[in-house]
Amino acid sequence: MFEGITKSLGEAFKKLRGRGRLTAENVKDGLREVRRAFLEADVNFNVATDFIARVEAKSLGQDVLARVDPSEQIVKNVYEELCALMGPVDHKIPQRADRPVVLMLCGLQGSGKTTTAAKLALTLKGQNRKPMLAAADLQRPGAVEQLKTLGEQIGVPVYSEATNPVDVCRNAVAQAKRTLCDIVILDTAGRLQIDDALMDELKRIDKLVKPDECYLVVDAMIGQEAANVAKAFNDALELNACILTKLDGDARGGAAMSIKGVTGVPIKFIGMGEKVDKLEDFIPERMAGRIMGQ
Amino acid sequence: LRGKGRVDQAFLDELEKRLYLADVGTQATRLIVDRVRQAFRDKEITGEVEVFVKAQLRELLTDATPGINYQPTGPTVVMIAGVNGSGKTTSIAKLANQLQSEGKKVLLAACDTFRAAAVEQLTVWAGRIGCEIVKQGQNADPSAVAHDACEKAKARGFDVLIVDTAGRLHTQTHLMKELEKIHRIVARQIPGAPHEVLLVLDATTGQNALTQAEQFSKSVKCTGIVLSKLDGTAKGGSVFAIKQKLGLPVKFVGLGEQIGDMEPFDPDAFVTALFEKE
Ligand SMILES: Nc1nc2c(ncn2[C@@H]2O[C@H](COP(=O)(O)OP(=O)(O)OP(=O)(O)O)[C@@H](O)[C@H]2O)c(=O)[nH]1
Ligand SMILES: Nc1nc2c(ncn2[C@@H]2O[C@H](COP(=O)(O)OP(=O)(O)OP(=O)(O)O)[C@@H](O)[C@H]2O)c(=O)[nH]1
Ligand SMILES: [K+]
Ligand SMILES: [Mg+2]
Ligand SMILES: [Mg+2]
Repeated sequence: MFEGITKSLGEAFKKLRGRGRLTAENVKDGLREVRRAFLEADVNFNVATDFIARVEAKSLGQDVLARVDPSEQIVKNVYEELCALMGPVDHKIPQRADRPVVLMLCGLQGSGKTTTAAKLALTLKGQNRKPMLAAADLQRPGAVEQLKTLGEQIGVPVYSEATNPVDVCRNAVAQAKRTLCDIVILDTAGRLQIDDALMDELKRIDKLVKPDECYLVVDAMIGQEAANVAKAFNDALELNACILTKLDGDARGGAAMSIKGVTGVPIKFIGMGEKVDKLEDFIPERMAGRIMGQ
Repeated sequence: LRGKGRVDQAFLDELEKRLYLADVGTQATRLIVDRVRQAFRDKEITGEVEVFVKAQLRELLTDATPGINYQPTGPTVVMIAGVNGSGKTTSIAKLANQLQSEGKKVLLAACDTFRAAAVEQLTVWAGRIGCEIVKQGQNADPSAVAHDACEKAKARGFDVLIVDTAGRLHTQTHLMKELEKIHRIVARQIPGAPHEVLLVLDATTGQNALTQAEQFSKSVKCTGIVLSKLDGTAKGGSVFAIKQKLGLPVKFVGLGEQIGDMEPFDPDAFVTALFEKE
């Protein structure tokens, strides 16, 4: 995970170290290398630019020039800023006594929502909770069947009906109440953030069912688009968190920075494989550490 | 980027920013910006810079062999590959629909036996398009499905066989080996096959796209790209680096979730969209 950015940052800092005494100009030069590394890691252009400006201001304000090894100070500054940007994270999933908790998953097509719904259900089951899955994707061929198969695999009930997504979600919650499930996970259809009709559908579900938490599921391989996607979904739904999937590959995952940078929405979990047990907590410090190659 | 005034550093910075925001990436962006700098160094411009930039970009993407390498005799085999969720199965439905409407007899092979309900998904599409499908149960050997499909395609005179495969990350060695095996089986069953190996690439993908193209090409010798999900605001700029580095052309673009939502790649339209703000 993040090997790419680690490598390029490592190279950038090697360059910094090799330059002897740092001047204000050198700080700028070095950070330009950091910026390039970020861009190669798919960090959004504007997020990268802002980030660099912040680190530059911080570095200069600290009288970097007086230090014996100023490059170390800059490394520390970049690391701290990265942690500050991506954290803090609360990994808890809410609990309540009066009615089932509702989690809604949403995101672009193919980002990993259905798989993640099953992963979350399995995780919750492991915490002695009684999850239910709701098949609210009536759009993609085989979507309901996919969730049912996964539900069977992990021994979690799946609510489905051939009506419409809004009714599925509402009736799933009622069914959960009746069957004493304490948490419902809504698996919605993939949609583009510019698809007004489908974004309205999400808003209708949000208004009617009032999910306790709403998570945006994002493919870690996403590029510059991450910022637009996160912003639009957050504007429509007030996201509580984001789940970054497919981090088991070699994607540099700059989306983690873009999403938090643009919306302030924290990454909560990460997907580390196709199998239903491959969900992990997102740890900003670890991620920042990996980015920095420490 | 309206071409008025001077191609100065501010102009080049703006061009660079636009290219980065379109996921064109460091190397290709540098190449393009350098070309513009060379051609217009401190020249007063009235309109022609936009034309020049677009022409350069178009040229970088132009492909000598558009569309499917169709074999007049015997089944043409098209193998589809790509990472998880990129749009493979949907692209197959679109391609099959197009070929069928051209009067070709199309067979689908459901070689994703791994993902939950992947076979059901392809079966629904086959039903809607009205083409036949070869499938086995969940967790069957995908090579065996490919083998059966080749046999059926030959015996029953199908014009085109399209092979769906499970999504896999190029870093998963064993799964890449499995893909190579499917490729080998197809080649053994039908001489010259597969005639196309299309990598389905999600247009929202960033710089990982180049690695995907490299690794999949290394494994199964890709012949072209289907750039899916171009109906969103993502620009898909990573295809410049892929064409530059691997010579791999974009053949089709995906523009929606329905079977009619695919078009042959049009470099002109692609380049124009690159500079449009959403
Ligand atoms: N390697 C890997 N693959 C994943 C991960 N999460 C999901 N996938 C795969 O990504 C593909 C898409 O996952 P889905 O769960 O169907 O995605 P979705 O967002 O529900 O897709 P739509 O409903 O079509 O929008 C499938 O092949 C999954 O197996 C992950 O963390 N790692
Ligand atoms: N907007 C849009 N969505 C698309 C396009 N192509 C595919 N999709 C959607 O993307 C999601 C994933 O598509 P699939 O065809 O299942 O992708 P896949 O590569 O076969 O996925 P796996 O087999 O799980 O690896 C589905 O929700 C599709 O409807 C496209 O061109 N535009
Ligand atoms: K994707
Ligand atoms: Mg789904
Ligand atoms: Mg598929």
